[in-house]
Parts: sequence; C-alpha cells; structure tokens
Amino acid sequence: MAKESKIVEDVTVRFAGDSGDGMQLTGAQFTETTAKVGNDLSTLPDFPAEIRAPAGSLSGVSGYQLHFSSSDIQTPGDSPDVLVAMNPAALKVNLLDLKPGGTIIVNTDSFDDKNLRLAKFNSNPLEDGSLSNYNVIQIPLAQMTMEALKDMNLSVKEKEKCKNFFALGLMYWMYNRPIDVTLKWLETKFKNKPEIMEANKKVLMAGYHFGETTEIFTTRYEVKAAELPKGKYRNISGNEATALGFITASLKSGLKLFLGSYPITPASEFLHELSKYKNFDVVTFQAEDEIAGISSGIGASFAGALGITTTSGPGFSLKSEALGLAVMTELPLVVVDVQRGGPSTGLPTKTEQADLLQAFFGRHGEAPLAIIAAKSPADCFFAAIEASRIAIKYMTPVILLTDGYLAMGSEPLRIPEFDELPDIDVKFRTDPEGFYPYLRDEKLSRPWAIPGTPGLEHRIGGLEKQNIYGTISYEPDNHEEMVKIRKQKIDNIANDIPELEVDGNDSDDLLVLSWGSTYGAIREAIRNARKKGYRVAHAHLTYLNPFPRNIKEVLDKYNKVLIPELNTGHLALLIKGRFLKDVIQLNKIKGRPFKVAEIENKIYEVLGGTNGN
Amino acid sequence: METKNLELKPKYTAKDFASDVDVKWCPGCGDYSILAQVQRTAPDFGELKENIVWVSGIGCSSRFPYYMNTYGFHGIHGRAAAIATGVKLVNPKLQVWVATGDGDSLSIGGNHFIHACRKNMDIKIVLFNNKIYGLTKGQYSPTSEKGKITKSSPYGTVDFPFNAIKLADAAGATFIARTIDREPKHMQDMLKRASSHKGLAFIEVYQNCTIFNDGAYAPLTDKNTKEDNVLYLEHGKPLVFGKNKDKGIKLDGLKPVVIDLNDGKHSVNDCWVHDEFDNDSTRGFILSRFIDIENMPTPIGVFRQINKPTYGEEYWKQVQDVKSKKGAGDYNKLMFSMNTWEV
Ligand code: SF4
Repeated sequence: MAKESKIVEDVTVRFAGDSGDGMQLTGAQFTETTAKVGNDLSTLPDFPAEIRAPAGSLSGVSGYQLHFSSSDIQTPGDSPDVLVAMNPAALKVNLLDLKPGGTIIVNTDSFDDKNLRLAKFNSNPLEDGSLSNYNVIQIPLAQMTMEALKDMNLSVKEKEKCKNFFALGLMYWMYNRPIDVTLKWLETKFKNKPEIMEANKKVLMAGYHFGETTEIFTTRYEVKAAELPKGKYRNISGNEATALGFITASLKSGLKLFLGSYPITPASEFLHELSKYKNFDVVTFQAEDEIAGISSGIGASFAGALGITTTSGPGFSLKSEALGLAVMTELPLVVVDVQRGGPSTGLPTKTEQADLLQAFFGRHGEAPLAIIAAKSPADCFFAAIEASRIAIKYMTPVILLTDGYLAMGSEPLRIPEFDELPDIDVKFRTDPEGFYPYLRDEKLSRPWAIPGTPGLEHRIGGLEKQNIYGTISYEPDNHEEMVKIRKQKIDNIANDIPELEVDGNDSDDLLVLSWGSTYGAIREAIRNARKKGYRVAHAHLTYLNPFPRNIKEVLDKYNKVLIPELNTGHLALLIKGRFLKDVIQLNKIKGRPFKVAEIENKIYEVLGGTNGN
Repeated sequence: METKNLELKPKYTAKDFASDVDVKWCPGCGDYSILAQVQRTAPDFGELKENIVWVSGIGCSSRFPYYMNTYGFHGIHGRAAAIATGVKLVNPKLQVWVATGDGDSLSIGGNHFIHACRKNMDIKIVLFNNKIYGLTKGQYSPTSEKGKITKSSPYGTVDFPFNAIKLADAAGATFIARTIDREPKHMQDMLKRASSHKGLAFIEVYQNCTIFNDGAYAPLTDKNTKEDNVLYLEHGKPLVFGKNKDKGIKLDGLKPVVIDLNDGKHSVNDCWVHDEFDNDSTRGFILSRFIDIENMPTPIGVFRQINKPTYGEEYWKQVQDVKSKKGAGDYNKLMFSMNTWEV
C-alpha cells in the first residue's frame, strides 16, 4: 500500500515509560540517528531521582524529549507532537504537555487494571473517550515483540525487554530515518551477547516493517537536513562537552588535567567521562568526599597541574571553605557546579539556576573569583576551555556554572579544529633571581612556582600574605591592600573578555538579559516575538564575574530590561544592586527549563501587546 | 645508576632545611624537637630539597611547613592528606610529607586520614599527638583520655579516645610507627625509615604541649619512670622492657601478659618476638592495644611495615597500559574519532 510522505520543518517527540523500560536509551538512539540525518536537534531527558521507582507508578516515569528540525533550533521543544507512552503512568504524566491534536502511540498491553490503578486512572482512557482530541495509535507492543521473537531461545523477560526497540523501529519508519546507526550500535553494545543483539535487531526491524505494512499509518513524515555551518559534527551532552573541554584545555596548556571529584547527581558523568581518557594523562581521583575533591585539586594545582573539581549544589557548599584557600593561595582551579533543584537534596535530577548567588557570595571573607556560565550543551565545551584559560592566566579559582538541563540535554557540536581554539600559555617560574611568591605581573597574577623547581622552595597557605613576599602577615594595612589587590585582579579579567553583545537595536523597546541555560528558549521566544512585530533585543551573559566591561552602557540604552531566570531573581538582584537599574523579572522555580511560550508571553505582557494574534 | 644520582645530589646539612622564618611555638613545646629531628634527618631522606613538599592542615603542628626550607603548603583544617594526595598524584617524583595533629587528622580530617591510609597513598604523615587542642587554647581532643578536664569539659570528658596506631593500621597504612618528642634518636630513626617507605607511612609522635596539657606523657619521658613504661619495638627481638630489662611480654592465646623474667618460671624465650614485617595484622593489632590495657608498657617503634602497591603506582601503571593500547591521546582522537558526521 502506498503511503503519503509529508515534509515538515520540525518535530518534537517524547518517549515515556517506566524507568526500567529503557526510555533514555531509546531516546538516545533516536537522537544519534537524527544527528546523522543532519537535522539540528536538542534533547531533554527527564528521569526520576529513584533508580527504579515501583514499576507502573507515576513517580517512576522516565521521559526523553527530542526536538529536531530542518532549521536552526535552540530548545528541546515546548510540547511534543508525538508521545510514545509505554504504560498508563507515562500517559498520565505526559499527556498535559502534548500539543492539542498531537499523536499518542500507546502500548496497549500495559493498559491492564493494575497499571491503570497505579496510574490513578478511574477508567481506561483508551476506552472512555477522554483522548478524543488526540490521534491515538494503539499497538500491543509487548505482544508484537513476543511474536517477532517467537523463534528465539530467550526467556519471556528477556524478550519483553526488547519492546522499546519495537517503538523505536516504528518511530524510525514514521520519520523516515535509517535504522543502521542503531543496528551498528547494537553490534558493539552486545558484542558478547549475540542472542540479545539478534533479538533487539529483530524487534527493531519488526517495528519498522510494522509501520510500513499496517494500515494504521497512512502518512510518514520527513524532516530534511538542516542547513548548518559546514564542518564535522557530533552530538554531545553538556556534561560530555564540559569534560572534553577540560581535556582540550589540558592539551592546549600542556598541563596534566587532575579531577578530584565525589559522585553527585547530575555531575557524576565527569568522573565517568574523564576516567576513560587515561591515555591523555588525565588523573581522575574519586575522592572520599566533596572536600577532598577540591582539596586534592588545589594540591594538584600547587604541584603544577590543571586542577578541577566537579559537583552540584550541595557539594558546592561543602567546597566553599577550600575555595577560600584557593583564593588566598591564588592557584588556578576550576570548580564546575551543575546546578540542580535545591536546597538540600531538593530535586536532584531537575534543573535550576539557584546557585548564582552562592557562586558570588558563598564564601567566608572577601573572596572574589571568576564566574562563567555555559549557555547550551555544546557551549559547555567552550566554557570549560575558557574557564581553564582564565584560571591559569589569572592564577585564580574559576566557577563554571552549568545545570541539570545542560548536563543531560544534548545538541550537535560543530567540532572546531584545534587551531580555532584559544591558546593557553603557561609560564612556570624557574628563575630564582628576584623570585617572590606574591610578586605580581601587570595583570596582578602571581608566579606559578611548582615543587621540583630548584631554588624556588617557598611556603604558601591560608594565612594572609605579606604583599609581594608571601610570608605571613597580620598587618592591618597589608590585609586591606591584599583584599583590594585580589579583587582588582579579578576585575582585570574584564579587559580580557569580549564585550557584551546585543542581538537587536538600540531603539528596541525591551532588552532581555539572560545567563546560562535559558539562552535557547529566550532566543527562540525573541525570534517569535520579532516575527509578530515586537522590537526586542537580547543580551546574554557568559561572564558573570567580572561582568563584561560595557554592561552598564548596554543596560542604560533600554528603559525596559527583562531578566528571565530559573530562580527567584539572582541576576536581577545583582544588576539592581550593582547598577541601580530597575529590571522586570520572570522567574520559574519548577525544576524545569523555560518553555519558549512562557518567555514570549512575558514579552507580550511587558510590551502591552495582545499576544500578537 | 643509583649511586651516580646520589653523588650528584648536594650534601645537605640540617641547616639547609631551616627556613628563615622565626619559629613561634611556645617555649618548651615538643614541636621544637620534631622540627629539629626532621631537619637533622632530612639530608638522609635521599631527595633533593626541591623535591620535598610539606603539607599541613591547621593547628600548632600545622605551622611546621613554614619552618622547613622545602616546598610547603599550609592548608585548611583537616585537609592536609587530601591536598597532599593531589600533589603526589600529579607529580610522583615528589616526596610528600604531611604534618598534622590529633585534632586535624583524627577529628575534622578523620575521613581524609583513613582514606589516604586505605588507598596507600605514597605520602608520609607525621601526627603530632598532644591529646589536646592547643591553637584554640585547650579543648579536649579525640585522643584525650576519658574523664579529662579541659576548658570544654569542666566536669571531665565522657567520650572515649581514638587509638591512632590502631586506626591507621585498620585503615590500611603500610608503615605504622610511634615515637616520642623526648626521644630524639628514636624519632630520627623512625623518620628515616618512613622516608624510604613506599606507600602510606604513619608516624604518631607523642608530643608534649607545655601550655595546655603539660606532662601528658611524663610517665614515658621522666627519667625515673620511662624505662618501666616504654617498650622499644625492634624487629626480631623479644618484647622486653624495664629498668633492668627484667620484664617481658608473652602471648597467652591472644592475650598479652607481662611476665617477670626473674621469677624463675619465665625466661626471655617465652617472650613474644616482634615481627615488623608480619603481613597478618593480628599481632600488630594486639600491640596497638597495649596503651588501652592497664599495666602494659607503651610500645614505640615500628609496629608494622608491609609491602603493598601504592595508589599512584597502580594509577600510572594503568595509564601506561591504556597508552600502549590506545596510543597517547591527541585532539583528533578526542574529538573526531567517534560518531561524527559531515555537513
Ligand atoms: S599551645 Fe601547646 S602545642 Fe601549641 S605551640 Fe604551645 S605548647 Fe606547643
């Protein structure tokens, strides 16, 4: 039977099921294939904090959203066009997000009384008409999977576990994607389990052929390759990108990379990722606790390595005492804080931007340091390199802020050539003539004199230093001077970073000022608003401390400044306090990223429009 | 090769290891002796001055690095072992020492201490145990004996002390020794042995705090009593002590008992013979408990020294293995090798 093929510009799909249903894996495979097809894409995994919440329960639902397009996109999509729901709980949790009239593919085998009860459905939504506004496609996924594997000598459980690949195969057919990327992946993944490999392959193909032959589907869709800048691409998550950025910084600087870290969601991937790269002389030290993570990093930097430590909010708090030491000893160190919902254990797998003020002020004493924030998963790569560059050049700890959304989300990265990336020069002090540990250069950086260098034996530590000589000093005037010097050194970084760029015109009616992971949603929102005739400018802060040198100038150009943040207004407070500038806030603290529409609506509200319609 | 290297090394004296900073411990503090013994033995550590790093935490003991003319890092409270770990891991050539105290390593830094031992980090930890908080002016410490009256325990402490040797051995240290500030020769011996040990070397130094806990070790240091109270451990030698070497220790099953070598019933042949290199920790454990048993002498010397791969050794071996399989890393391998596509 001939099927219609329809070309669409962009699609958002969400795979949802029990946390044991393999939804993250299914989503990741669909992403991998979609990347190969050449679409622009952005993903958002969303999973519970519990590793295996009770099967079929609402709290155990794990989801993976993917937005792909033939044009340039910035977010994982506000609401899915297609929802794949492996059980009633997945349907219940995700239904509200679905676009009106959207498609739902359900695994009917799981819609039994028990699962309906667990999902708190009073009646079966597949029968009671409550889904009449959607295009519901009912497929007995488990049965079809069993059927496809009837000749295979595997246990029922093993067979049943393959059913996510039936859904994946079907989605490949629906969106005209090749299945070979996943076939190849299966071959490496299950190299040592040929039976499981075979079973998954069979089920994947069965799903694909089902789309082709069944009459349920009359249309398949095509999303053409996006026109991205020329080059080699790879799909990359924020955590992966950060890790590779640090290795690149180590290659650029010629320094050994040392990671001291303690596992914490959603930052554990750094340990996983970096521990693979032993042939790059990377030292990963899974420390006994967060404090040892940063302390060993400081020791490593003292000894001449690029010391880094990675964590999330609660761990970041534990590191704050040692950060004071790093400020005092003026050693290069990068601390990555993958922000998550807090305080305390809070929402460990969800995203938030509520550590900005902690990054600024969460220390004892006057302890300024550099703070930068990544804006997208791929940008984490560049942010990690930049954080390392600043740390080394200015002999200072640098905080790199990312968040759960960036960490777990992914998008294509155009891989830069090595030479396109900034150089990182390292000059260890070797000359004993005129050496003093705190004798500074024109930037106010002190010399890096590492153990093993003859004639430069010296002692540093957490006690206040005598200016220049670095010996202990309790002198009142010296302390005040040193506090000022340390601050001035950080302020000097402003001369070394780009000015704040404005996307828009001076005469626009509104400036949206953003930082961190909200970048994508804000960009899309502004693009949409402009299409409707609104005059909105956008400026995004990568550098938070120091701010870009022209920030005040930029702010002064606009009467109205809107700051959307996933917190109660951290940047807003800083801007108001520093520049006495009144700002309009848009705050969301739900553990989820902004939807494009939320920002758009705020723009319309501020500019007094009628939603453009 | 070895000898040639040694010849190239300058012949240091104690003076070479003294920094130009005024030493600021209280007069009579046991820390002075530790500093003197370290400076005296440092020329025998077999390392170039520039390759020696002293790391410390916070406390009276932790001022130590300032007084050594080597590389030094005065850290924050309790974290010396963690800082030292970072130093040693990235540059295995360095000889890394930690100066710490009972509060620093057994209280606030307990976690780092036990894990450094467990991992057999190739660092040397010298713990100045004065059984008190000196720098904060006299609160009880985790090694203070139960019932001790201090500023923060006017009616006596209600908690039980840590036994540092037992803790270090249980945690996995591979060189475990004790010495006393008033035993300079003995301390020098311990320091030298620690310096050549591969793996985590732990030396507990009984150190008198003249200000807040004076006399804590008097029975072990007073001329009249010390010989009856101190047991010098020597490898291969029977456990014998006392002014006239007339007392011995024998093992009754797993129970150590003091025997009178002159009572006609016992002789030196009945005594427990010390084996420093015993891979089994049972006897070391019994030995470490002597201080908790009434009427037993306090052992000083090397409790145990065993051979175990160090963390750094194993780590860098793994790096070599991976390198020989995958080749040294470069940017192209890092970024272009997998799952890429061309636009
Ligand atoms: S307070 Fe005690 S331990 Fe500290 S320096 Fe004085 S005597 Fe020594």
